[in-house]
Amino acid sequence: MTQTPPRTRADVDARLDDDIARAWLDEALAEAAGAAKALPTAPSPYTAHSWELCFAAAGRHCGEDNADAVRTLLLVEARPGLDTLTRLYQQGSAAERRAVLQALPALVDGPCAVHLVDDALRTNDTRLVSAAVGPYAAAHLGPHAWRHAVLKCLFTGVPLDAVADLAVRAAGDAELARMLIDYAAERSAAGRDIPHDLDRVLTLTGEKSQRPQEL
Amino acid sequence: MRIFDPHVHMTSRTTDDYEAMYAAGVRALVEPSFWLGQPRTSPASFFDYFDALLGWEPFRAAQYGIAHHCTVALNPKEANDPRCTPVLDALPRYLVKDSVVAVGEIGYDSMTPAEDTALAAQLQLAADHGLPALVHTPHRDKRAGLRRTVDVVRESNLSMERVLLDHLNETTVKHAIDSGCWLGFSIYPDTKMDEDRMVRILRTYGTEKVLVNSAADWGRSDPLKTRKVGDAMLAAGFTEDDVDQVLWRNPVSFYGLSGRLQLDVPKPESLHEGNSVLRSGE
Repeated sequence: MTQTPPRTRADVDARLDDDIARAWLDEALAEAAGAAKALPTAPSPYTAHSWELCFAAAGRHCGEDNADAVRTLLLVEARPGLDTLTRLYQQGSAAERRAVLQALPALVDGPCAVHLVDDALRTNDTRLVSAAVGPYAAAHLGPHAWRHAVLKCLFTGVPLDAVADLAVRAAGDAELARMLIDYAAERSAAGRDIPHDLDRVLTLTGEKSQRPQEL
Repeated sequence: MRIFDPHVHMTSRTTDDYEAMYAAGVRALVEPSFWLGQPRTSPASFFDYFDALLGWEPFRAAQYGIAHHCTVALNPKEANDPRCTPVLDALPRYLVKDSVVAVGEIGYDSMTPAEDTALAAQLQLAADHGLPALVHTPHRDKRAGLRRTVDVVRESNLSMERVLLDHLNETTVKHAIDSGCWLGFSIYPDTKMDEDRMVRILRTYGTEKVLVNSAADWGRSDPLKTRKVGDAMLAAGFTEDDVDQVLWRNPVSFYGLSGRLQLDVPKPESLHEGNSVLRSGE
């Protein structure tokens, strides 16, 4: 089951600076809705789809802080197929890629878009990593990739609050617990702090109530 | 002293440079796409490079509290290689991106017919996308190159007030001023301009429409040259307001013509203890 996007139109409207931005969003959403109704066409130059121009330009029209929410609304309105979604991600700036990742739960039912999550998790860009570990990853990422995603968050300082369904997926995961304990040991051996979130997720595994204090 | 470096190739620099630039007062920069030293042989290499200018490099800059924007173009040197010219066809999809604030660097290298074509086509792309253009003036045969550049700009659909002529010096500044374009000066340790010559030019011609950059790249160059010009200006009796005009307000005005500058970057957070965000602990 796909899910609703994180922000509604009303939420976004309330956050926009002025009526110029709201009018721009009205028009952009209408373009996107038009694209959703249009018959599928072969990939064509960007000028053919003006909602995609709006998708790229969201930051300068609605403000950088609102760009994620606006782009996600546009994606949900346009309902692009997997090919278009993949192209928007691959040809997108980091900000556009983040919006595609955030919209996945609302747009894609099965695991067919996992390649986009995998791509984002290969980066070291925390803006992408945190967007990649949302509900879509929780639903569709395989156990090995999901464990590495959790570890990557700890490595790069992405708060584990970004990881959707952390408690559910971590529960009973002995392999994740082992990886966490090994990582904690590596940090201790180097005389470095253990990330605060590590103990939290280790507890969630239920496998060990506590990692060994001395190794 | 707040500094906007309007031309610096951060892809070629280390995080130490970002740290030192922030400490020197740099809060914003523009990274023009350029030649990477090693010639590219296919458009795909350009696309990965442009994607880095829209993804990884702004992320790196933000770690150090610096707002990063870029300019995108097929540079004049590689415009001469037919394997690379298809890049021109793909530029429109990059020119709509939020952090692209100009078309550039375009201009002349050896003043060939292929460079004529690429320059004219990209000035038109700038006009079509509501963007200003960063135009590099050639290192060899500079005076003739500047005149030819100005002629091509004048014939284009882009108005002179939306063009920054870069790498100017004593021999080209007068003609550049007469053209009505913005004036860019690159300050280098050995070549191009140095800070004392820059101060003399500012004394003679004033601070209006003048931008100073480090153009730091993979060659012998110094990303702190903007600050050194600011210091040299103050030592020579310019006011802090003069320095602010040259090192901040002028670049903000020029690239602001794009309507896409976003200069609010949060102060850098200290990295997680002993763990570099940039390297993912790897």
